[in-house]
Amino acid sequence: MTILILVAVVLAIVPLVFILGEVLVRGAGVINLGFFIHLPGGPNDKSGGIGPAIAGSFIMVGIAGLFSIPIGIGAGIFFAEWSSSKISTVSGFMNDVLTGFPTMVLGLFVFIIIVLSTHEFSAVAGGFALSLIMIPIIARTTTESLKLVPTTLREASMALGVPRWKTILRIVISTGKTGLLTGIVLAIARATGETAPLLLTAAASTHYITSIVNQPTASLTVLIYNYGTSGFPVWEAQAWGAALVLILVMLGLNLLVKLTIGRNLTEARME
Amino acid sequence: MRFRLTGDAIATVALAAAALFIIALLVGLAYELYLGSSSSIARFGFGFLFGSKWNPNKNTLGALPFIYGTLVTSAIAIIIGLPISLGVAIFISERLKAHRSLGYMLGTIVDLLAAVPSVVYGLFGILVFAPLLSQYIEKPLHESLGFIPLFSGTPFQGGANFFTAGVILAIMIIPTMSAVTRDVLHAVPDSQREAMYSLGATEWEVTEKSVLPYARSGIFGAFVLGLGRAIGETMAVVMVIGNIPTITSNLFSSGYTLSALIANEFGEASGLYRAAIVEVALILFFVALIINVFARLLLWRMTRGANAQG
Repeated sequence: MTILILVAVVLAIVPLVFILGEVLVRGAGVINLGFFIHLPGGPNDKSGGIGPAIAGSFIMVGIAGLFSIPIGIGAGIFFAEWSSSKISTVSGFMNDVLTGFPTMVLGLFVFIIIVLSTHEFSAVAGGFALSLIMIPIIARTTTESLKLVPTTLREASMALGVPRWKTILRIVISTGKTGLLTGIVLAIARATGETAPLLLTAAASTHYITSIVNQPTASLTVLIYNYGTSGFPVWEAQAWGAALVLILVMLGLNLLVKLTIGRNLTEARME
Repeated sequence: MRFRLTGDAIATVALAAAALFIIALLVGLAYELYLGSSSSIARFGFGFLFGSKWNPNKNTLGALPFIYGTLVTSAIAIIIGLPISLGVAIFISERLKAHRSLGYMLGTIVDLLAAVPSVVYGLFGILVFAPLLSQYIEKPLHESLGFIPLFSGTPFQGGANFFTAGVILAIMIIPTMSAVTRDVLHAVPDSQREAMYSLGATEWEVTEKSVLPYARSGIFGAFVLGLGRAIGETMAVVMVIGNIPTITSNLFSSGYTLSALIANEFGEASGLYRAAIVEVALILFFVALIINVFARLLLWRMTRGANAQG
């Protein structure tokens, strides 16, 4: 039986090593300084770059953060501190449904409410779609972190006459702030790697954007998808390069989280 | 009681507003999906779920091929992924009990699989893995076991079919399922294991007869989570499944899934065709909802059981 278990472990690890290895080997050959800055070239243009895609991903995750961090933390605090409220129960359930929700459907939703009304693809639409993915993650980890703060701290603060809002701000959040930050970093990492929500909201582009509200915006993920399925070897190679850049960012963010949290957020995974 | 504009009042309202936003979001989503698909619902009714022909030119649209594809790929993913996740979780949580840091490191490595974006899985899938899978696993399976309907088709060189999509999905859901299972096994009290050992059980007997049954609902919860992820996954699947609506028992045939259809076709669709694709999204919405409610019920039962047993 132990043999079967060991086989399972090997089968789980081999794909990871394989994927990371391929991305590294195939992507490294394509990466140089120009790759990071240049505009994309044609399908056979080796000097084309992914500059606009990197900028686009950065901008849209930033926009997503602007929406999702306040709402996610706000909702998370509400779930933790007003946990007996009916709003908490209903909203908490819906938050769980939204976690891990099919991202293509979320992209479709944002297409309907933003792109159809503005008649444009835009970075704002893409960013908003990404924020729908980030909000549940941030809300969940915020709630879990704040729940870990001992009630005695809150009670002591209230006993001293500190109003509830100040207690939450100065005492509860300060104590739980590592967890909050972790949730935000995790959500950012997740959003950076998303493709489906951007397909119908920001679409793709070959130049740096001049406005966030009225033009399609390139992103690393959509570029990898388009180039990877194009059938042109030069573009496929550039897709590997973009994948390498993307993986380095994702791994960096994830390792950052692992190194700083320890074990107190494992409960957050139980959905 | 008078309402005063205290700091507390403002805080409560602001924070509740954030929570209400989430409710509005989900309600808005359901509403827009319903609205957008209304012409398709009116036209095809319930038959949409069972119609096996998807022909946009003739306006005969049935979603069964996509439901089938989603179910088949997810089933393959679970059949392959669940045992592997279980094995990994048992290894880390039970066999490495004495070597905590090694277990933590191994767990981190498996979790890294979750950090790989799905489009990179798709890229790897279509350019590297699918051809390899086709040549070294699918062809031999077809040649030796071709009489079984599952393996009856000839795998094409590129390897874009149900089987490949299922395998890639399996790799993608292993980290989630093994992480949750690890935590569940960790929560099983040591008294269970100690009691078995004192009765003379072997390591595997302890795991099989005591730990796993205790953790049964938690493991089922992990399975449900993995299933949810597999069903909603779009990018990796759309890149390796071939994107041809098919209902067949042949795993080496190209197929199509609900989310892949939306990704490929929505951009240029209009009128009734567009409404039909929105209806497909509505189907996905309900599937995700049902799975979530299911997982919640399971978690509730599990925590109730744990509290009762102490």
